[in-house]
Amino acid sequence: MKPIITLIYCFLVSLSTGLMANDLANNPTSLNPQTSNELRLALTQVKLKAMPPLLMQIKQLEEQQALPLFKTLLAGRLYYVKADKRLIQMQKKGKERHYFSLETDQPLSELSKNQVKKVKLNNAVRRLLKSTIAELELNHPDPELRQAAIESLLKNLDSKLIAQLEQRRSLETQEKIRELIQVALNLFQLKTNPSPAKQIEAIEKLADRLEIPVKNQLTQVAENSIHPEVKQAAIRALTKIEHATNRYALVDQLFFGLSLGSVLLLASIGLAITFGVMGVINMAHGEMIMLGAYTTYVVQLLMPNHIDYSLWVAIPAAFMVSGLMGVIIERGVIRHLHGRPLETLLATFGISLILQQLVRSVFSPLNRQVFSPSWMTGSLEINPVLSLTLNRLYILAFALIVFFALLTLLRKTSLGLNVRAVSQNRNMAKAMGVKTGWVDAMTFGLGSGIAGIAGVALSQLTNVGPNLGQAYIIDSFMVVVFGGVGNLFGTLVAAFSLGIATKFLEPMTGAVLAAIIVLVFIILFIQKRPKGLFPQKGRAAE
Amino acid sequence: MSQNNAKQFDDLKRFEAKLNAPFQSLKTSFRRDQVWPFLMPNETKANIDKNILLYIEGLNLSFDGFKALNDLNLYINQGELRCLIGANGAGKSTLMDVITGKTQCDSGQVYFGQNIDLLKQDEASIANLGIGRKFQKPTVFEQQSVFDNLELSLKANKGVLPTLWAKITPLQQDKIQHVLSIIGLSKQAYQLAGSLSHGQKQWLEIGMLLVSEPRLLLVDEPVAGMTPQETERTAELLTSLAGERTVIVVEHDMEFVRSIANKVTVLHQGSVLAEGSMQEAQSNPEVIEVYLGEEAATPAPKVKNPIDKANNNKVSLIADKGVKI
Amino acid sequence: MTFMNTLFGQGRNGLQSRQQAGQKTLPFVAILVISTLLACASNLLLTEDSPLYVSTYTITLLGKYLCYAMLALAVDIIWGYCGILSLGHGAFFALGGYAMGMYLMRQIGDRGVYGDPVLPDFMVFLDWKSLPWFWQGMDQFWFAILMAVVIPGLLAFIFGWLAFRSRVTGVYLSIMTQALTYALLLAFFRNEMGFGGNNGLTDFKEILGFDLQADATRVSLFAITAFLLAVIFIISQYLMNSRMGKVILAIRDGESRARFMGYHTERYKVWLFVYSAIIAGIAGALYVPQVGIINPGEFSPINSIEIVIWVAVGGRGTLIGAIIGALIINYAKTRFTALFPEAWLFALGGLFVLVTLYLPKGLMGLWETLQTKLNKAAPEAEIEPKDEIKTGVSS
Repeated sequence: MKPIITLIYCFLVSLSTGLMANDLANNPTSLNPQTSNELRLALTQVKLKAMPPLLMQIKQLEEQQALPLFKTLLAGRLYYVKADKRLIQMQKKGKERHYFSLETDQPLSELSKNQVKKVKLNNAVRRLLKSTIAELELNHPDPELRQAAIESLLKNLDSKLIAQLEQRRSLETQEKIRELIQVALNLFQLKTNPSPAKQIEAIEKLADRLEIPVKNQLTQVAENSIHPEVKQAAIRALTKIEHATNRYALVDQLFFGLSLGSVLLLASIGLAITFGVMGVINMAHGEMIMLGAYTTYVVQLLMPNHIDYSLWVAIPAAFMVSGLMGVIIERGVIRHLHGRPLETLLATFGISLILQQLVRSVFSPLNRQVFSPSWMTGSLEINPVLSLTLNRLYILAFALIVFFALLTLLRKTSLGLNVRAVSQNRNMAKAMGVKTGWVDAMTFGLGSGIAGIAGVALSQLTNVGPNLGQAYIIDSFMVVVFGGVGNLFGTLVAAFSLGIATKFLEPMTGAVLAAIIVLVFIILFIQKRPKGLFPQKGRAAE
Repeated sequence: MSQNNAKQFDDLKRFEAKLNAPFQSLKTSFRRDQVWPFLMPNETKANIDKNILLYIEGLNLSFDGFKALNDLNLYINQGELRCLIGANGAGKSTLMDVITGKTQCDSGQVYFGQNIDLLKQDEASIANLGIGRKFQKPTVFEQQSVFDNLELSLKANKGVLPTLWAKITPLQQDKIQHVLSIIGLSKQAYQLAGSLSHGQKQWLEIGMLLVSEPRLLLVDEPVAGMTPQETERTAELLTSLAGERTVIVVEHDMEFVRSIANKVTVLHQGSVLAEGSMQEAQSNPEVIEVYLGEEAATPAPKVKNPIDKANNNKVSLIADKGVKI
Repeated sequence: MTFMNTLFGQGRNGLQSRQQAGQKTLPFVAILVISTLLACASNLLLTEDSPLYVSTYTITLLGKYLCYAMLALAVDIIWGYCGILSLGHGAFFALGGYAMGMYLMRQIGDRGVYGDPVLPDFMVFLDWKSLPWFWQGMDQFWFAILMAVVIPGLLAFIFGWLAFRSRVTGVYLSIMTQALTYALLLAFFRNEMGFGGNNGLTDFKEILGFDLQADATRVSLFAITAFLLAVIFIISQYLMNSRMGKVILAIRDGESRARFMGYHTERYKVWLFVYSAIIAGIAGALYVPQVGIINPGEFSPINSIEIVIWVAVGGRGTLIGAIIGALIINYAKTRFTALFPEAWLFALGGLFVLVTLYLPKGLMGLWETLQTKLNKAAPEAEIEPKDEIKTGVSS
């Protein structure tokens, strides 16, 4: 009855306000400003006992629009200003409290702690709020919110909710959500129906669901049911669910392994060029990665309002910065140490120390925060036990793109031809008129530039600090050596197999021990096959 | 009667030997100069009853599909001086690599004497058996003196501990001085080997081979970069070594080969094409066919030196072509 | 000039550095012994206001430098003489240090914060009930010392045996050694390993019943370090002058050639690597009681690579060079980090680049070039080559 009255009231008001009427009709927050405001005002004054009916009133009046209010209240963040009884929200940042407008999220900096008061609530109110929120969300126009709501409702079903769910099912257009509602109904049937036959029927329907409440309920039934046949069915269903969960856990591990592999690939692919193709040991390779990551940080500092596009600027910028640094190192130092690999190693290590300290002096030794663009945050949810984070997915794709681009570059372009010529026979290439010095510089710049790009990707996954590169240098060398020096495909295979191996070891041994085991394995492997997985054969390799 | 006596005596001796056998073995295992037998080098004597020092049978080796050695068979007699000739890529150096353990072959057998399988040994063990090698490029230890280079090459126990305690005996000292005078480096004995000229380094290499008293010498292009006089001296040296030692020489300089060889082996595409005296090799129709047949398609070869030109025969053409390829 | 000549030997053309090194042994050891005795005497006999007084702090600092010098010696033996660039010698040093640290830890007894008579504090903190097996026997000094030698030696043997037998050489080997120390770094950071995790072992009280804070103990430790450095120096010098030393140089300059001469080079390399690791272990065992702490940081790859630069600066392939390099750089580090802490890594990094580019033979090489120039300038200093032959034969 009440909504109809409200609507009529609203209609009258809109008529009276002429032009504004359209606005108001389109903007449901002001459905009934006066009544709504009054009810909200009442929230600050009523006793706890009177709160539930008041909340029901608000719910009926505002429907979905009340969700922010309810959620804030449930989280215990709902405050009001003592002076004008205005409702506001509070947010803690560390130990400081900040106040915001409830409707617009605008900060209200002028308020201090003793000017405001918290809206109190007890467990009864909390329970009510929870189910009310769920109920409102159940009928929310956004299907994703509806699905999330049903998932959260699975935990505490009651007959009232079931009725609502059944009602919703008849209206529901989304197949996925209808299935979910069916799960809820089955679950409720399992819980409440005394007939063992009905229970078994419900169990059998639930056996392929991965939702946690389903599993919990089945476990409970398997433990407590007085009917042995129901118990058996529950145990069967549980094993089935267990198997499915394990399968998805494996997929999850595989995904993390691939993700680590893509990071290793990005980190080592530059090295595969400088070390593998040119035969130059660059201990400052890790610092090239670090420079790339810091370039991302600087780019974001320069365009704070366009974080979403910052990576598109950062990738070429990082390539240029690290690549240029690589060319400088090659021309300034490495060129003079040609044919003396151990000395090259020492000199480039010195360079890596200098670069680290440079970054420490310029940016401070502390880690810097690099933001993720909005399109990289979040995750791809496949089912309740498996969701793939978007940033890792993107980086995996990115690593592969970089790899194949590089492969094409080396195979198809004249630079690639020159690089291969110089790496196979320097003197002959020189005699044929290849500018070996220029090729060296370009190759080194290319390898370093790719390390810079790797830095951009890494900045999305880990902290950006002066030691970023150090963490990857040994792993990168291991990947290149494991894959077989001078073989880009070997690097690809090595990176992914090491990544996957590490991630599959981790649950058994812990992260640190897994890293140690992989390292020791590679050390032993190299001693057995010094030329890696895919060695270059023949006399030329001698 | 006397026969009977002799037989009795023999029996007695045999009995005594039986009785002593355990003590003998005890004695050998508790020798005072060999406290730790595992530190002693395993000295196996090559069995050369058949007067053949090196057996090479059915040797195959390929690099990425290229057959460097193709069912190669070669026998070297004890005390022989054998020359290996053939074009570049015929497999001469590869064969040496296989004999000295540098390269593993795909299949085949290499025996030193009748009893020692060389394919089962590593480079150092092979060297310790008495197989010495002189490389194409002189590789002396440039940071050490000529004397030290020779000292390192001495025939001695080359285990870690024996080397640590090793002192040069007067005999060894004499030996080194002797070799120094042979190779003409007495004056340079205490110079760094790195300061020697190219030819002197060649001589030092030869000297290092000499002090090591090998049974089998593998000599790869000994006269490259030498003056005609030095070449002559090398030829003399090598021929004087043959008999007591066995020498295999790989050389492109046909004049030199002719001056030393009594038997040559012609290699072609990884297997033996012809074997025999120089004359025989030269007149072998297969050798002529293989080389002349190819030669017809290519312009006339450049002849290396006037002597070669003077008695311009087929083998020298072959060799020169070899250099060219 | 003549004094310097006897000290550093004659740098003549064509004369081997090996022979010079032989001549230099005695003066070097003499200087080491005399300066050690002087420093000890002035600390123990003089009063603090005397201008010649050497403070206990300085003595400990000197002791630390000498440990580093020993470590540099170890790296030089394997790198300078045998051409094996080990980027993991810090691991052997740290293992020796941990062995000594475990002994010192057990000596604390019930004087720890938690007062447990057997368990070190960190084990009580982790709620461990009994001593892990590898801590057994570490309360015996002789056993701890044995372990400080055996553990690094054993690790070096296993690693070297695997690596040298399969002929891993050059840069590959360097990276492997770095990975080795990195793996150990990660392992020792773990609390479950039972070596005190992140914090390592510290708060030592006494060694063999002597108070570690006492002046006399500190001076004795310094003197022992100097003595052992001299002993190891003499042994190494003998080693390098023996035929084995020549073989090792031969392996550095042409390993496959040495192999064709009948030397099982991998065996030489393994044993030299073990010898070098043992020296590093001893240096670590001497280092820990003097600085009073050992933690996993000692395993970090940068420490190991720093040792290499000491040797490079001093001049690799000369034992004295390694020692001088270690002393100079560490003194510079102490001064530098006190004055401009930021600049030290710049300086160190720059040093790496400059030395490899412009001073491949280090300070000793520089000294020899200068000597040669001086000798050329002064004609009376020229000596007939015949003399050289004589000296060479007698050696």
